[in-house]
Amino acid sequence: MLKLPIYLDNNATTPLDPRVLEAMMPYLTDVFGNAASRNHPFGWAAEEGVDYAREQISALINCDPKEIIFTSGATESDNLGIKGVFEMYAQKGNHVITCTTEHKAVLDTCKHLEKLGGRVTYLPVDEKGLISLAELEAAMTPETILVTIMYGNNETGTIQPIREIAAIAHKHGALFMTDGTQAVGKIPVDVLADGIDLMAFTAHKMYGPKGVGALYVRRKNPRVKVTAQMDGGGHERGMRSGTLNVPGIVGLGKACELARLEMEADTKRLSVMRDRLEKELLTLEESYVNGSVEHRLPHVANISFKYVEGEGLMMGVKDLAVSSGSACTSASLEPSYVLKALGLSDDLAHSSLRFGLSRFTTDEQIDYAIGHVKEAVTKLREMSPLWEMFKEGIDLSTIEWAEH
Amino acid sequence: MAYSDKVIDHYSNPRNVGTLDKSKKTVGTGLVGAPECGDVMRLQIEVDETTQTITDAKFKTFGCGSAIASSSLATEWLKGKTVDEALAIDNMEIVEELALPPVKIHCSVLAEDAIKMAISDYRVKNGLPALELAHH
Repeated sequence: MLKLPIYLDNNATTPLDPRVLEAMMPYLTDVFGNAASRNHPFGWAAEEGVDYAREQISALINCDPKEIIFTSGATESDNLGIKGVFEMYAQKGNHVITCTTEHKAVLDTCKHLEKLGGRVTYLPVDEKGLISLAELEAAMTPETILVTIMYGNNETGTIQPIREIAAIAHKHGALFMTDGTQAVGKIPVDVLADGIDLMAFTAHKMYGPKGVGALYVRRKNPRVKVTAQMDGGGHERGMRSGTLNVPGIVGLGKACELARLEMEADTKRLSVMRDRLEKELLTLEESYVNGSVEHRLPHVANISFKYVEGEGLMMGVKDLAVSSGSACTSASLEPSYVLKALGLSDDLAHSSLRFGLSRFTTDEQIDYAIGHVKEAVTKLREMSPLWEMFKEGIDLSTIEWAEH
Repeated sequence: MAYSDKVIDHYSNPRNVGTLDKSKKTVGTGLVGAPECGDVMRLQIEVDETTQTITDAKFKTFGCGSAIASSSLATEWLKGKTVDEALAIDNMEIVEELALPPVKIHCSVLAEDAIKMAISDYRVKNGLPALELAHH
């Protein structure tokens, strides 16, 4: 029996893997010590759990365990990385480069830097969501201290050319940071081979618990330092104070270990399922993939169904948990800024659905999703005046709309 | 955000979806909203010339569930009303009937605008002056 509703919003968050929960359980009960308590066995046991997690995490991204700074999640890691570098390297310069499709945790942090006197370049993206390496190169200045470009996009799954971006940043003496939230645990991320100096990521996007994440901070070639953004006990080599979330950290560690061992198989299975879902849905007339098909995370599909409004569509697919680029509920009525940055018109951005698959998604669920979405799109198009006009051959751009 | 039962009912079983012949003198058409705003509503009425009663009403809407429900409800209310009675329909009545939350009030405004625009279109077709339409 298929259990409804079906969860296909795994870019928002993933369910906790039962094996992760199992690893965490002792640290929620018996092993409750403070990892910073150096003088009794309770503290030692907690510290041991944290150290083991550091090893599991560093094995996944190919770094030294000492290079992992634990945080409350990717938003905090993005803040700490960007603000921390800005403050630490203020002597060298005040210019930061990012791009328009970044998560708000990066964009709003960069806006904050501008208020502090920083200069930020927001690189545009092409219709696939990719930045131009030539434009990046042209934007580099002697004052550029940091280039921060996300690994894989949360809305479209588009993967940026990380190695090439890192090389350009380094050539001009800047550090390279990436928001790896959607990529780590899903595709191979190797901080050494990729040339990453700082990387934000989180547990709950890879079947770990919410409320715990990490910032990778390179320790050699070059030795990177960030100014702490919170004052306190000087935990995490002075970069992030606060008692360590031991059960969360143990969960993040286990999630990374599982990802390392199962990524290859998961990727194969998920991309086959995603491609099938996408191929089937694209049989609907006037439907389009958003983002890059060639450079994309294996579990993500973002599709616009023209002449159908996304929020209305989500209500029509009530047995599916997905998300839409439409934001009819927000006061601004602005659709997704990420899709708009790809050059999508507002109406196409309003017509998009994002599907995010997970390790736990089944073929049966995908079959159901295909039928359910097709049915809802067809029904809503019969109800759509725009669809009727399109079918009559009326060019919608020639109509003078009564804006409200 | 959860939708009210009435919104869900109108969304799942929309009343009076369809198209009337806009070339007929007895049919008035109102098209409001814009694709880039995420809502477009088209509401049509057919008027009995002798009694000035609305005998039929149809809609098609591109929009969220609340927009679809607002226009579906509007067509239900329009049928059987005289043109003057229809003009008196206020968007807040739609808000109350469908229990729309504040962020969805614009859907009811759109429905009221569509009603007024359809009536105005009917008037113009029949040699009467257009209505002064409020701009929201």
